[in-house]
Amino acid sequence: MKPAKISSATHDIQEHPLLVRIAHWGQALAIIVMVGSGWRIYNSVPIIDNFRFPQWATLGGDPPISKIAHMDPGVANALNWHFTGMWLLLASYLLFMIHGLGSGHFRRDLIPLNPRGLFRDFIAAVTFKLSHRLGEYNHVQRAAYWGVLFAVLMMFMTGLAIWKPVQLSWLTWACGGYPTARVLHFIFMSGICLFIIVHVTLVALVPKTLVAMVLGRAADPIHATEIRHAGE
Amino acid sequence: MPVSEPPRPRFDVDRRKLLRSGLSLGALTFLTGCDISDNDTVQSMFAAVSQWNNFVQGELFGGTRLAPEYPESMAVKDFRYNAWYHSDQAPLLDAAEYKLELAGLIDNKKPWRVADLYALPQKSQVTRHVCVEGWSMIGKWTGTPLSVFLQRVGADLTAKYVGFVCADGYYESIDMATALHPQTIMAYQLSDQTLPAKFGFPFKIRIPTKLGFKNPKFVTAIYVTNRNPGGFWVDRGYNWFSGI
Repeated sequence: MKPAKISSATHDIQEHPLLVRIAHWGQALAIIVMVGSGWRIYNSVPIIDNFRFPQWATLGGDPPISKIAHMDPGVANALNWHFTGMWLLLASYLLFMIHGLGSGHFRRDLIPLNPRGLFRDFIAAVTFKLSHRLGEYNHVQRAAYWGVLFAVLMMFMTGLAIWKPVQLSWLTWACGGYPTARVLHFIFMSGICLFIIVHVTLVALVPKTLVAMVLGRAADPIHATEIRHAGE
Repeated sequence: MPVSEPPRPRFDVDRRKLLRSGLSLGALTFLTGCDISDNDTVQSMFAAVSQWNNFVQGELFGGTRLAPEYPESMAVKDFRYNAWYHSDQAPLLDAAEYKLELAGLIDNKKPWRVADLYALPQKSQVTRHVCVEGWSMIGKWTGTPLSVFLQRVGADLTAKYVGFVCADGYYESIDMATALHPQTIMAYQLSDQTLPAKFGFPFKIRIPTKLGFKNPKFVTAIYVTNRNPGGFWVDRGYNWFSGI
């Protein structure tokens, strides 16, 4: 169980401190709750004509029960999930950001990020030539992580704009007014969902990243030729 | 940057770890797959968080901060009807027989007739009505500030809540700070027309700092109290403060 004997000279190592793992899974759980309940709320007044999310994919309870208990198809439950989940999301997001900025994790691993590197790694990725090394973030990954962190921030901004269009009317105004803020909230949600699909697919391809995010550490032996390269 | 074939991973130790992580992922999906929303513990958690959210919203509320007002040209003439029953079923109150009852921490509890209400000082607002479901609409409402009425009848303005009883079985309540807000009015008119029955004749409480369902229609009684009276939707799981 304890991989302490594995040396970093011969292994790629991915390590996540407990704080990061708590913040990661806190956000994961919160986002599932926020998206699921958000879809149920969305369904009561769809933004896209006649497009509703399938009920099984939404969070808010069994509609026949809700009809009796809440006189609605589960909107009260969904709103409760949404306005509970937001606190978990806020707490875990802040924890993640403060740790990432304070510990130097973002500075070490998520920059530099430039168009050239992004283009190079993107081409390598779509032609299946991009190798994944544990503990190392390529430019596509860096862009994706910055992107999703920005999208969550924008979910807070647009979410506050539609929750408090009077008390925070300046924010609602900055988001283009109430109806536009609602559409933006939907668009950034879609962006986060896209990230989740890619993220989970890549984790399935490199399962050790999941081991690291659960247990805190995972290692891959480095191929002999790579060790030579590194030594040169 | 060397690009080489990665070695085949060894699974002897990792299999157990993977199983464990798989289980925690499974627990996550279980939460959504098997919906626990109507579980007793979950409902208690919702109630507790909703109390906290009431507190946060109360703190955020500015007693003199005004809801944005729009040019009259933006006011919708054909306003959306919304209730749990069809507009045909809306109660038709007779102005000659109508009486607004007063109760609770109010000095002068003499009932009010429509003509007396409509004779009170009035002002207009063009504000956005925001529904909890997500739609919104700008309308023009005209009526007497609730604060003027509460002072006129000698209500205890240090009390915590103002409650409303409606002709259709609806009921609502708001915090005193919102009741005294300058844009909280007893609206007699929508789009310069006397309120039609379905919109709450003889008046509705128009509160542009709260969600639509906190704007009760065809009010038949107003009372002032220190015990939170809840509300029709609030007692069905919706957040009580519901400020915007």
